[in-house]
Amino acid sequence: MPRQRIAWFVWTFLLVASLAAVRALNQTAVASLPDDEGVSDLRFGFQLAESAKRRGVDFVHQVPSFDSKLEHIMPQVASTGAAVAVADFDKDGWQDFYVTNSGEGSLNRLYRNKGDGTFADVAQSVGLADVNRRDTGVSMGAVWGDYDNDGFDDLFLFRYGQPQLFHNEGGKRFVAAGTGLPRWVNANAATWLDYDRDGRLDLFLAGYWPDDVDLWNLKTTRIMPESFEYANNGGRKYLLRNRGDGAFEDVTAAMGITSRRWTLAVTAVDLQGTGYPGLFLANDYGVSEMFSNRDGRRFEDVAMETGVGRAPKSGMNAALGDIFNDGRLSIYKTNISEPGQLVQGNDLWVPKAAGAGLPAFENLATTLGVDLGGWSWGAQFGDLNNDGAQDIYLVNGYISAGERSSYWYDFSVIAVGHSSIIGDAANWPAMKGRSLSGYQRKRVWINDGFGNFTDVAQAVGATDTNDGRAVALADLRNTGALDVIVANQRGPLLIYENRVAPERHWIQFELEGTKSNRSAIGARVELHWNGHVQAQQVTAASGFSAQNQRWLHYGLGSSRTVDRVVIRWPSGAAQTIASPSVDIRHHVKEPDGR
Amino acid sequence: MAGDASARHGSGGQALPSAEPVPARRGGLFAIDNRFLPPILITSILVGANLSFGILEGWERTALSIVVAIGTELVLGRITYGKWPHPASAYISGISAGILIRSPFLWPYFFTSFISILSKYVLRVKGRHIWNPTNFGVSAMVLLAPATVTVLSIQWGNAVAPMAVIWLLGAVIVWRVGRAHISVTYVAAFFLFSFVRSALTGIPWLATVAPITGPMYQLFIFFMITDPKTTVRSKTWQCVVVVIVAFVEMLMRLAELVYAPFYALFVVGSIAMVIEITRQPRSTQGHPQAN
Repeated sequence: MPRQRIAWFVWTFLLVASLAAVRALNQTAVASLPDDEGVSDLRFGFQLAESAKRRGVDFVHQVPSFDSKLEHIMPQVASTGAAVAVADFDKDGWQDFYVTNSGEGSLNRLYRNKGDGTFADVAQSVGLADVNRRDTGVSMGAVWGDYDNDGFDDLFLFRYGQPQLFHNEGGKRFVAAGTGLPRWVNANAATWLDYDRDGRLDLFLAGYWPDDVDLWNLKTTRIMPESFEYANNGGRKYLLRNRGDGAFEDVTAAMGITSRRWTLAVTAVDLQGTGYPGLFLANDYGVSEMFSNRDGRRFEDVAMETGVGRAPKSGMNAALGDIFNDGRLSIYKTNISEPGQLVQGNDLWVPKAAGAGLPAFENLATTLGVDLGGWSWGAQFGDLNNDGAQDIYLVNGYISAGERSSYWYDFSVIAVGHSSIIGDAANWPAMKGRSLSGYQRKRVWINDGFGNFTDVAQAVGATDTNDGRAVALADLRNTGALDVIVANQRGPLLIYENRVAPERHWIQFELEGTKSNRSAIGARVELHWNGHVQAQQVTAASGFSAQNQRWLHYGLGSSRTVDRVVIRWPSGAAQTIASPSVDIRHHVKEPDGR
Repeated sequence: MAGDASARHGSGGQALPSAEPVPARRGGLFAIDNRFLPPILITSILVGANLSFGILEGWERTALSIVVAIGTELVLGRITYGKWPHPASAYISGISAGILIRSPFLWPYFFTSFISILSKYVLRVKGRHIWNPTNFGVSAMVLLAPATVTVLSIQWGNAVAPMAVIWLLGAVIVWRVGRAHISVTYVAAFFLFSFVRSALTGIPWLATVAPITGPMYQLFIFFMITDPKTTVRSKTWQCVVVVIVAFVEMLMRLAELVYAPFYALFVVGSIAMVIEITRQPRSTQGHPQAN
C-alpha cells in the first residue's frame, strides 16, 4: 500500500516538526537578553544602580506571626505587608517616602529626602513609626492624600487591623485623625479618590481576609478562600465619603458595592471620561472587578461587560499607562506564571477604540510580550529611559526559602480542590521551609514606542532576586529621571538610582487643585509633542501596595519642545498650556479657584 | 448493549466512537446514536461551565482546537484511506484539548489538536494506534512547553451541585457505552492509593484527593482512560491496567509530578496496548478514530 506508506512518512515528518516547533516556541516565549549585554554603556538609554544603604536607607521588612494553627503555612498567610508610598510630605520640593513594616512591634519608616542624595528616617519623631501592635494590627500599606486640602499630604494607613488616618501638621508631625473609619479590616489595598467630585478626597478600602477573622486568634481554620477561582468569601469593601469635617461616612452599600472578593490592588480610573472616577480591583482567587461611577450616585460592576472580568486569575496589581501614546490608558494587572505549574499570564487591558459609552478592553499582554513575569506582584508604568514611551518595571517572587526545594507540587494539589477542601487551612500541606516561586528575576520591559516590550532587567542592573512586592517610581534627585524604590517582603528596601542618557529631554507637572481636591488626584494630563500624545492620570494608589510620586513625568526623547499640555481637572475644568518649557517641573495650579 | 459490542471487540461494552454506525435505541432520553453521547456530554459541560463560571478565557481558543482537530482528521483520513472519517472522535479530541490546555498564547491550542490527531496516524503497531490522542497531545505539550502551557486546574465553581451533576452525567454515559467498570475501578484505586500517599508523606488525606474534585480529572476519568481504541480488549485487563495507571500515578505524585495522571496513562496505557497488540494477530486496518 504505497499510498498509505507515503502518507505515513509525511505525517511522521509533520509530527516531528510540530514537536520541534512547540519546543522552539516555548523557548522563544521565555527568551530575554543575555546578562552581559550593555552593562554600563546606556545601551538602552538608562542604567540602574542600587544605592539604598549609601543613601542612608537600611531597612529590612519583618513579617507577623499569626495564630499557631497557621504555622504550617505561615509564609503564605504572612506574605504581604512590604509597601512604599511616595510624597513630599514637608513640601520642601524633594520627594520623601513612607515604608511599612509588618512584624508585631516593628517600626514603619518615613524617609525624608535631605536634598543631598541621602535620606533620614523621621518616622519616630513625627509619630508615624510605632503603629504595628497586636491590638491594632500590623501594616499592609499606606497612601498619601490631602484630605482636608490644607496643602500638606496626610497619610492613610491600612493594616490587617485597624485602619488609621494621620493628619499632617504642617510637615512637622502627624496626629491621629478621622472618625467613621471601620474598626477592623484585614486590608491589602486602599486609595484616595473624589468619587462625588465635591472637591474632597474620599477613601476606598479593600479587605482581603474576612473582617471577622482575627489572624492572631482563630476560632476556626476555615478561613481560607473557598476556591482558587471563584472565591467570594473575602473581606468586604469600604467606600468612605469625606464629609469635610474630619468625619468619613460609610456609603459602600448605598453606592452599590457589595464585593467580597479577595482584593489585592485597586486603582481609580475614569472609564468614560466623565470626570467621575471608577475603580479597578485586582482580585486574588477570582476575576477582576471594574466599578463604573454613575455620576457619583452609584457604582456598577462592569467587569464582564468591558471584558476585564471574565477569566479568574490571581490578580495582584493595578496600574495605568498609555502604552501606545494615543491617549488611551491601559490597565496592567499581574498574575502568577510558573513554568510547568501554572501559566496565568499577566493582563494588559487595552481599551478598544475611543468613543462614547463603556470601553471594551482586550488583553494584549501576550501580543506585546509582557505576560510572563513569574509570580508577579507590583508593577508600574513610567518612562525609565526618557524616550517618550512608557515602560514597565515589575517585581516578583513569592516565598524564597529553601533554595533547592519547592512547594509547588503540594500547592498545585490543594489549589485544584473543591471549596470544601481548600477552604480549611488544616487541609493545606505544610510548607516545611520550602520555596514557592522564590528567587525570581525582575522584569524591566522597555517600550519601543509602538507597544512592543523587551525585558532588559539584567542588562540595566535590576538584578536582585528578592521577593518583591511594591515598586514606586519617583524623581528622588530632581534630575528628571525616575528612580525606582522597591519594597521586598522579608527583605531589604532597595533604591535603584536611574542614570538616563543625558541627551534625552523630559518634562514634569506638579498639579495643585483649587476647586478640585488639592492633591489633584483624578486629574488627567495629555501631553502633545512631536506628533505624539501621551495621557497620564494623577493617582493615589498604583501598583501593589504602592504610590508613585504625584508629579507626572514625561520623557521626550530628543524633542526639545512641547506643543501643548491639556489638563482636565477633577472639577471638570479644562486647561491648556501652550509650549511649556522642557527639562523642568511645572507647578500648575487649577485656574479660577478659591 | 453489551452483546452488540462483544462480537467486535471481545470485551463487554459498546465501543464508541467508531467508524461503523451503531444503531440508536428507540425512545427515551438516550434515543440517539451512541457515538454522539460523549460529544454531547462534553459540549454541554463546556457550555454550561463557561456560561456559569467562565472557565474559558475566550471561546476562540477552544474553537481553534476543535477546528484544527476535525480538519486534521478529515485531511489525514481522506488522504490515507481514501474516505472521509467520522468527525465525532476528532471533535472530542479537539474540545478536550481546548478545555484541558491553558496558555496565554494561541499556538498551543493549535498544536495540541494537531499533534493529537497526527499521533493516531503515525504511532501505530499492527494497524492500531497505542496512545489516546488527547493524552499524547497534552503530555507532549506540557513536557515540551512548560513555560507557556499548563493543564486546566480550575474548578467548576464553589457549589457541590454542579460537580455532582457532572459526575452523575458522566457515570451514566460511560455506563451507557459499557465502560463504567473502567472509570469505577480507577476512582477506587485512586482513593486507595491516596491513602497510601497520605500515610507516606503526612499530607492531609483531603489534600491528596483534592485533585479528583476538579474538571480535569472528570475529563480524564470519563473520556481518556475509557477510550475504546486505546484500551485493551479484555474487561478484566481493562480494570487491571487502570489500577496500574493509578499505582504509577501514585509513584509519580510521590515524585511531585504535577501531571502525574497524564504521564501515568501515557506510559502504562501504551505499554499495555503494545503487549496486547503484539500478542494478537494483525487486525484489519480502519479509521484510527478515537478520542
